[in-house]
Amino acid sequence: MTTAATADRVGHRPHPPGRTRGRDRVRRADHVAGWAFVSPAVLLIGLFGLVPVIWSLLLSFQQTDLTSPGTWTGAANYRRMMHDPVFWQAARQTVFYSVLFVPITMVLAIPIAVLLNQKVRGMTFYRMAVFVPVVTSTVATGVIFSWLYNPQLGPINAALAKLGLPQQGFFQSPAEALPSVVVMTVWGWLGFAVIIYLSALQNVPRELMEAAALDGCGRVRAFWRIELPLLAPASAFLLVWLTINALQLFDEVYVTTKGGPLHASTVLVYYLYQQAFVDFDGGYAAAIGAVLFVVILAVTVVQLWLGRRTSPYEVS
Amino acid sequence: MAETAAVRTARTGGAAGHRRSGGRSGRPSPLHLVLVPLSALMLAPLVWMVLLSISTEEEARRFPPGLPSGVHWQNYLRAWSEGPFGHWLLNSTIVAVSCVVGNLVFCSLAGYAFARIRFAGSRVLFIAVLATLMVPFQIVMLPTLIVLRHLHMIDTLGALIAPNLATPFGVFLLRQFFTAIPKELEEAARIDGAGRLRTLVKVLLPLMGPILATLSILTFLSVWNDFLWPLIAVQSPGNMTIQLGLQNFQGAHLTNWPVLMAGTVTSQIPVLVLFVLAQRFFVRSIASSGFK
Repeated sequence: MTTAATADRVGHRPHPPGRTRGRDRVRRADHVAGWAFVSPAVLLIGLFGLVPVIWSLLLSFQQTDLTSPGTWTGAANYRRMMHDPVFWQAARQTVFYSVLFVPITMVLAIPIAVLLNQKVRGMTFYRMAVFVPVVTSTVATGVIFSWLYNPQLGPINAALAKLGLPQQGFFQSPAEALPSVVVMTVWGWLGFAVIIYLSALQNVPRELMEAAALDGCGRVRAFWRIELPLLAPASAFLLVWLTINALQLFDEVYVTTKGGPLHASTVLVYYLYQQAFVDFDGGYAAAIGAVLFVVILAVTVVQLWLGRRTSPYEVS
Repeated sequence: MAETAAVRTARTGGAAGHRRSGGRSGRPSPLHLVLVPLSALMLAPLVWMVLLSISTEEEARRFPPGLPSGVHWQNYLRAWSEGPFGHWLLNSTIVAVSCVVGNLVFCSLAGYAFARIRFAGSRVLFIAVLATLMVPFQIVMLPTLIVLRHLHMIDTLGALIAPNLATPFGVFLLRQFFTAIPKELEEAARIDGAGRLRTLVKVLLPLMGPILATLSILTFLSVWNDFLWPLIAVQSPGNMTIQLGLQNFQGAHLTNWPVLMAGTVTSQIPVLVLFVLAQRFFVRSIASSGFK
């Protein structure tokens, strides 16, 4: 990194006088080349990324089914949102889900990453076992957990019966549906968090740990005093990344509970989907989306700010 | 990542060269006592999926559930005859590969230009691209649907490909790497009279194998496993991807668990095989999605 940066700076030194003569022609060629090179990507990203954001904002002030032209209704969608009990329930449940999912995933991932960082025979296999849910699709995960959680036939209730514990409803119980989704998504995301922590641990220089050992610092203390603080940037990243994804939960809910029973697992994006494609109220869906966008942006900014303030080592 | 002060002092101070104790001794490590149950817990859902897919319907309805009496392949034959899994896998492959190629080409061109060419408006354009990185897909999808309807692309594979052909993440990732390559390499080629495109293709891209592979893997995974967009952009079974197809199949086979699981296994096989074969590479790619 440092060598490249130095080379870069050297390359930027003022050109010798002889070379400035053809500068205008070179400049124009650069403008043409630059625009030619970026235009395919910029056009695609503009068409499918930037324009839709503004368009979506406009939609949120309309009554539209997304197929025929909409009618302007001012802030009616936002006013309706204020007094829509299901919207607020979905918002509360999205927060509930995120507040469980994010910390559980992170707290479990750290010890597992430390374990997988040890030198033990068979480590390739152990790592694979932890990582493989990362590439398992959300649809497949949903199908598999529908079976595991099946109240009549599933193995989890069978195990509970064997232990003499009461049978549970899981996805079919309003009180348990969302916590059951949390367990399922933690299984699916744990490997991702472990990968991030593991790569951060592997960046902890071995000399540092050796020096600590030399000074009589035990393994446990070395973890708390050296490794854990050095994981702070990874934690900051995961906090933001997992929260963004938690606020956008949809696939797993769609495949398993369909937001039920009795809206018990309806989260914001699921509600948005329902409004747009079941009730054909695209304007209201766009308004929900706009609120979600603002929330995600705010959460990200706050977390990045907190992360920067609490990081024990200033990143230079 | 940048070095910290603590790390730097350790580098200079801790060069005593002491080796960690342990290593290859005869006794198995006690860590296995934690690692084995952990692996079992993480693998259990997938193992159950496979076991159920080779059980008979009666065995699946037993309570408590047990091991299958033998390998009942007929579940797979039934799944494949009742759901066009081959066709869905082909659709997913077409969509994912097109998006990978699109990202490699368009993001390389744009990433290179943003990193190395000084042209009017480059800064504004780059910031605009970065801004879309923050936008959740759920906001974009409603107008995108309208755009594609105007282009008569709804319910085609094209509707699944077009929005993912170039991603802001790809442009950003590659731009970072182009910035890190020493300028001298490029200048030598330019002085020899090679044009921008030629320099990019012949000199720079060959140096970027690992990062291009990373971009390919991340694009492939996200497109292959995508669900929400296919769900709203495609309706006819003939145009479904494997994930959407599986979800549709689930709706039709809710009570026949072995056949449903045979379909689920089928949908996961390609990525699982790729993952087991190239685990290190997958892991490195996923790790680099976190740290630029």
